Amino acid sequence: MKRFLAMLHARNLEFIRDRAALGWNLIFPVLLVIGFAMIFSNENRELYKVGVLGEGNHPFLESRYVQFIPLDDKAKAIIKVERHQIDLLLSHPEKYYWINSTSPNGYVVEKMLIASGGEQLSKGTVSGKELRYIDWVIPGILGMNMMFSALFGIGFVLVRYRKNGVLKRLKGTPLTITEFILAQIFSRLALIVTVSVLVYISCDIVLDFAMHGSYLLLLLVWILGAFSLIAMGLLVAARLHSDEVAGGIVNVLSWPMMLLSGVWFSLEGAPDWIKFSADLLPLTHVVEAARSIMLDGAGITEIGNHLLFLVIMTLVFLVIGVKTFRWE
Amino acid sequence: MPTIIEIQTLVKEYPKLTAVKGIDLAIESGICFGLLGPNGAGKTTTMEMMEGITPPSSGKILYKGQPLGKQFKEECGIQFQHTALQEFLTVKETLNFFHGLYPNPIDMDEIIQTCALEAFINNDNRQLSGGQRQRLLLGIALINNPNIVFLDEPTTGLDPQARHNFWDLIRSIQARKTTIILSTHYMEEAAELCDEIVIMDHGQIIAQGPPKTLLHEYFDTRLVKIPQSDLSVPIEELGLEAICYQGWVEITTNNVSETLGQLLQLNINLNNLHIRQHNLEDLFLHLTGKELRL
Repeated sequence: MKRFLAMLHARNLEFIRDRAALGWNLIFPVLLVIGFAMIFSNENRELYKVGVLGEGNHPFLESRYVQFIPLDDKAKAIIKVERHQIDLLLSHPEKYYWINSTSPNGYVVEKMLIASGGEQLSKGTVSGKELRYIDWVIPGILGMNMMFSALFGIGFVLVRYRKNGVLKRLKGTPLTITEFILAQIFSRLALIVTVSVLVYISCDIVLDFAMHGSYLLLLLVWILGAFSLIAMGLLVAARLHSDEVAGGIVNVLSWPMMLLSGVWFSLEGAPDWIKFSADLLPLTHVVEAARSIMLDGAGITEIGNHLLFLVIMTLVFLVIGVKTFRWE
Repeated sequence: MPTIIEIQTLVKEYPKLTAVKGIDLAIESGICFGLLGPNGAGKTTTMEMMEGITPPSSGKILYKGQPLGKQFKEECGIQFQHTALQEFLTVKETLNFFHGLYPNPIDMDEIIQTCALEAFINNDNRQLSGGQRQRLLLGIALINNPNIVFLDEPTTGLDPQARHNFWDLIRSIQARKTTIILSTHYMEEAAELCDEIVIMDHGQIIAQGPPKTLLHEYFDTRLVKIPQSDLSVPIEELGLEAICYQGWVEITTNNVSETLGQLLQLNINLNNLHIRQHNLEDLFLHLTGKELRL
């Protein structure tokens, strides 16, 4: 434990004093979130969105400046109304429509529906705060930042240590591989979770994004997610001597995760093989679990499969990483 | 003195090279043992095998009669030829870090004093001069109060003053009866510090013993040197055992008076003449035909 703590302390000091790396870890995600908030602050608001369940020929469907989106799941469609993702939901089979009582767009579209004539429809109302793209994307951005910090922070640092002889020097001490690796993992874990919390708080102050679930559960997801991504970084760096090769492998791992793990867009409707591939990536489970907590208020049972997957992945990466690790 | 480290038929093979070709050594406790040889002789590989850093291809290394293990790691100190330190740490924090890795480390103040680190104890590792850095690395090697210290070319790249300061540090370690294994290609350093030396070439030991004994064993002559530019006749006409080397004519003789008489007879200018005993550098040249610092 004494040796582990000595290694942990030294690594933490090294990171805290590396102002460029620390600044990048803190500032990059905040800038990214704010940038997205600015880009999507004016989301084509002149276009109204109406969800349509079933087939029909109501004259309202001829209205201009309205986008009609065919939907097939009523429960999910109503959630979209609650979140202001659509302004009105029209059900042909039930001769019913729903609007969000707090949505100005919903009020306008309802007037258009009534003015269009046609068959009389019954009205249902729901309420709920608007879900902006920024609310949807923030769990992805935090997850992505976690991924970069884990893969580059562990992967590159270990390769640099190996290349410049730090690991060789440590090999000549009683420090064991397990102690060394655990110190690296816990140092990076503390950093990632702290940065994620700080970024979350600072962005929330500015953007006031949605959070319907438990903060403790979100923290658990971040810890397990960071653990598994750090273990993945460790696996990359277990034997490599070259920065270039390590960089290549980290890019090969991070780009698919960035594109397939639901950071920027949902994979709903994508081919099954893409969804299957995405499910093999730890970031997918981090993002989906965090998004479920933040947007749907999901509890531990709803995200249990994601947590289990992260634990299994962490153990697999860690065991292989420790077994294959070489000081030189 | 008991043997502290013993190596038996040690071999290190790489895909295209056999770096160490079956050497045997027994090093007594408390001495300063020098490992000499030119670059590529196999001395660093031998050191790293003894340190437990590089696994041998075959052969045995025993520390206090046992294979290298946990006890060895706790009781040995190492200063590599090229050691990187963690960045962004101060000298004190670096020492503290290594202090935390050992079960019975030496008192920090003692190590700071022994290695004269006070003046730059709060400096960042990256701001140290060559000499300061070597002193810190020696401090790290001594932090666990080791029984045996490996110093791999510790003064390479230091200016003469820093090198002499470092020798004083090594002498202070010797005074504690700590065994020192010193790899160097400075013959003067080996002559100053080592109780016993081995000379390696091509992965083999070509000579072993105390420096004075080795010199006595190989040389009973003196070396008379005159600048080549002062030689008024061709070297072959001297009628002496002489070679030209680095701008000097080196004459090996067991009768200096007679040799000087012969040179005077040839009207050779002796104003810049040197007479000296053979040293380890001469021994190395004699044994291998090579300079040590290639």
